[in-house]
Amino acid sequence: MNIASATVPSRLADIVGPSNVGTDPAQLAAFAIDDKSPSSVVRPQSAAEIAEIVKFARKEKLAIVATSARTKLGIGLPPRQYDIALDMTRLDRMVSYDPGDLTLSVEAGIPLHKLSAILAEHRQFLPLAVPYFDRTTIGGTIASGVDGPLRQFYGTARDYLLGMEFVTGEGVVAKSGGRVVKNVTGYDIHKVMIGALGTLGVITRINFKTFPMLLSSRAFVATFQTVERACGMRNRVSQSHLAPVTMEIFSPGVANLFASDAAKRIAPTSIPENIFSGSRWIFTSGFAGNPNALARYENDLRKTAEECGAVDAAVLEGPQLASAFALKREFIPIALSSSPATAVLKISGLPRQIAEALTAATREAETRRLPWVAMARGVGIIYFAILPSESSEATKQQAVQAADSTLSTCAAWGGHATIPWCPTAWKSALKVWGLPRADFAQMLKLKKAFDRDGIFGPGRFVGGI
Amino acid sequence: MDSHAINDLKKLLGADAVLYRPEELLLYEYDGSVEVARPNCVVFPRNTKDVLGIVQIANRYQIPIIGRGAGTGLSGGALARQGGILVVFSRMNRVLEIDIENQRAVVQPGVVNADLSVAVAHTGLHFAPDPSSQKASTIGGNVSENSGGPHTLAYGVTTNHVHSLEAVLPTGELVRLGSTALDPPGYDLPGLFVGSEGTLALITEITVKLTRLPETVKTLLAIFDTVDDATETVVDITARAITPAACEMLDGWTIRAVEAYVHAGFPVDCAAVLLLDVDGLREVAEQHAEEVADVCRLHRAREVRVARDARERDLLWKGRKNAFGAVGRLSPTYYVQDGVIPRTKLPQTLRRINEIGEKYGFEIGNIFHAGDGNLHPIILFDAREEKQFQRAVASADEIIGFCIEMGGSITGEHGVGMEKDRLMPLLFTEDDMNLMRRVRDAYNPAGLLNPGKIFPNTKGCGEIHVRPLPVAGVSRA
Repeated sequence: MNIASATVPSRLADIVGPSNVGTDPAQLAAFAIDDKSPSSVVRPQSAAEIAEIVKFARKEKLAIVATSARTKLGIGLPPRQYDIALDMTRLDRMVSYDPGDLTLSVEAGIPLHKLSAILAEHRQFLPLAVPYFDRTTIGGTIASGVDGPLRQFYGTARDYLLGMEFVTGEGVVAKSGGRVVKNVTGYDIHKVMIGALGTLGVITRINFKTFPMLLSSRAFVATFQTVERACGMRNRVSQSHLAPVTMEIFSPGVANLFASDAAKRIAPTSIPENIFSGSRWIFTSGFAGNPNALARYENDLRKTAEECGAVDAAVLEGPQLASAFALKREFIPIALSSSPATAVLKISGLPRQIAEALTAATREAETRRLPWVAMARGVGIIYFAILPSESSEATKQQAVQAADSTLSTCAAWGGHATIPWCPTAWKSALKVWGLPRADFAQMLKLKKAFDRDGIFGPGRFVGGI
Repeated sequence: MDSHAINDLKKLLGADAVLYRPEELLLYEYDGSVEVARPNCVVFPRNTKDVLGIVQIANRYQIPIIGRGAGTGLSGGALARQGGILVVFSRMNRVLEIDIENQRAVVQPGVVNADLSVAVAHTGLHFAPDPSSQKASTIGGNVSENSGGPHTLAYGVTTNHVHSLEAVLPTGELVRLGSTALDPPGYDLPGLFVGSEGTLALITEITVKLTRLPETVKTLLAIFDTVDDATETVVDITARAITPAACEMLDGWTIRAVEAYVHAGFPVDCAAVLLLDVDGLREVAEQHAEEVADVCRLHRAREVRVARDARERDLLWKGRKNAFGAVGRLSPTYYVQDGVIPRTKLPQTLRRINEIGEKYGFEIGNIFHAGDGNLHPIILFDAREEKQFQRAVASADEIIGFCIEMGGSITGEHGVGMEKDRLMPLLFTEDDMNLMRRVRDAYNPAGLLNPGKIFPNTKGCGEIHVRPLPVAGVSRA
């Protein structure tokens, strides 16, 4: 910092007005990332104001992190420097919504649940069923790149994002894409902003394709004695003509997890006891459609489950379905609140490697007596949560060893793994962003093109970007 | 071009893989657009190592390099605008790996789009992006242009079906971007490189997603006596949130051109038809087909035909996919636009296109991806008359201007290339374009790769060159 930090708030106040700059320690602590608090919180109202803030920060060599609901600040490495928290909550306007065209343009700070309510009036929705759904904003969802159960059918945000406006590291307001559902004009810069943790720019506006709300839906649940059988069911379904909207496999330990207080707050309606209980692996898949289609799904899934050796099976609807869906969606927050030292590994492999990957990760955890629970998405993403009962140095060593071994195993298969969530004190020992990647040099080039001086969340992203 | 460079290329690739005599280069001075630009030489690499060698030679002599697949592109993306070495991938046409269980395939860039689907058809899978050029165009070209097609309405465009890329940067670096497993940590580089119109890298290998073929496909042909009724139908289908797998519109003028050539069975006395596919589970497709037919009738469709079998379905689609070839029989030259509009604006946009045609005295045919709002007005003119050409460009610009006014875009699937670079400022500010230029310069620092594309140069407009159509019957768009 080359100016007296005391003058920063007043300079920021010149841009956004004094009432939109915070320096109260309690307030600053609420924006802490890995125990590091910013020196100012600033609440801009427009992209133009953000551009001014960025220009100021760049000149004074101050580091910025944009956030709104602050639900996912724990993802990634601790920032090397963190001076200004950019509170995006005032950028919460719906810019345009054309229900007839199924397209939408919103500011980044709009809460997801608020947006969902507006879309629901037109019987439409965005397939972003992501963790912290009731608190998170659209900008945080896109910048963090978190996924949700609906990716089975709808893909991820990259599949329905149409365009974006953002502020670059030079304080320039720029955009890419557009508002129409098909467009190849210019580079798809908005795609690289997804999951970039804000290290390329501050997202200010996002354009989406919306989707018709699902007709009545149900979820099929079957339990299996072994992980192989549960994954066998997944394989059979993916080889069929069925196109379910969700497909997940849960490990046996999920029963305890979903019995926790945190889980009960999220899903007040209890699921029949035989479903998320006992020592069995659980296959679950949501489907939707007209009555004939529902009957077909139910029939085909029951038959497949039987052939795959299911112990029992059930179909959920109504409040039970909603609860089961919320539990799936909020798996990570529930896991984080269930242990003083939760570490969540995100393991990516080919869909046919799920059973093998789960077995390998399980072995690493159990060898070290680390309690664990897992959720695998049918597309080949596994969230493997290590849930130690205490956060001692010894536990940390065990967790680091288990994670390192799992990372290497995944790499040997051509997959990869990261540790998006873990205790701050463990981050220096864990390979949070996984093993070094061959395309890292190309990422650095991109970072330089957007944020040459490295003012956006320095150090938090892959390879310390 | 330096004869030493030619010699170096011959030494690297063999004499049969290097063309440089003027008569040999003629074929490579055009693509599917109205643009013309002749390369200094054309080379045919056989593998990634060859590509690396070519890039080294280009760097040594500071000669531009341009990648090219089958040359079916519609915006001059694969033309050597500033001369140089045209790298044609037709010999890198092997399917390297098919992983049925994980629904992935690894292909070289020169693999023809339709050939991949044929190669996996027995497994019930296919490669979903289906540009109308799919029997000729290559996956490398599709990746570079982020190609669409009729069925992208439900299945998405090329970028939605690409997992990872191997590529050679113009600096000579061999890179692998993305991964076969989902969500690789870091920036979504494949998302950036797909659709970068060959300005960031030469793609040498592509890992794509394979999609399961639907259980049931129903093809409907709805026949209308007015264009308004047809466009209102599309608006209504979209608003009711029925997503057909494809929703194509052909106006009466185009239908008559198609029928004279393909005999697909389109009624020649109507004002417009909608060609619709609905697919999915039997139970779903049947219901959607009924719903779609009802909406068509609600908007005064004269008749709604449902293809009885695969043969009828194929014939209808043959009519659609060969439409541009059919149009080529009627006029010495045509100019296809690719503007996109919000679907709600279809009726007024089609009316406006008609007015613009009358104003300039051109026949403008319309055959397009109605469900996406992706227009393809075809302006027929005679390029031999300089004034006609200027009027054609002026009318096209007016159409694109109207699309932008409606909240749309200048290109939905054909790319900017060298055809629409001058239109970029209609959508993007200098700041937007400067950032994109900076991204380009990050990977293509000396500008050796595909120079003069996407971004308007300072020379301004008026450098579009036109050639008469060489052959009718080339399917496109």
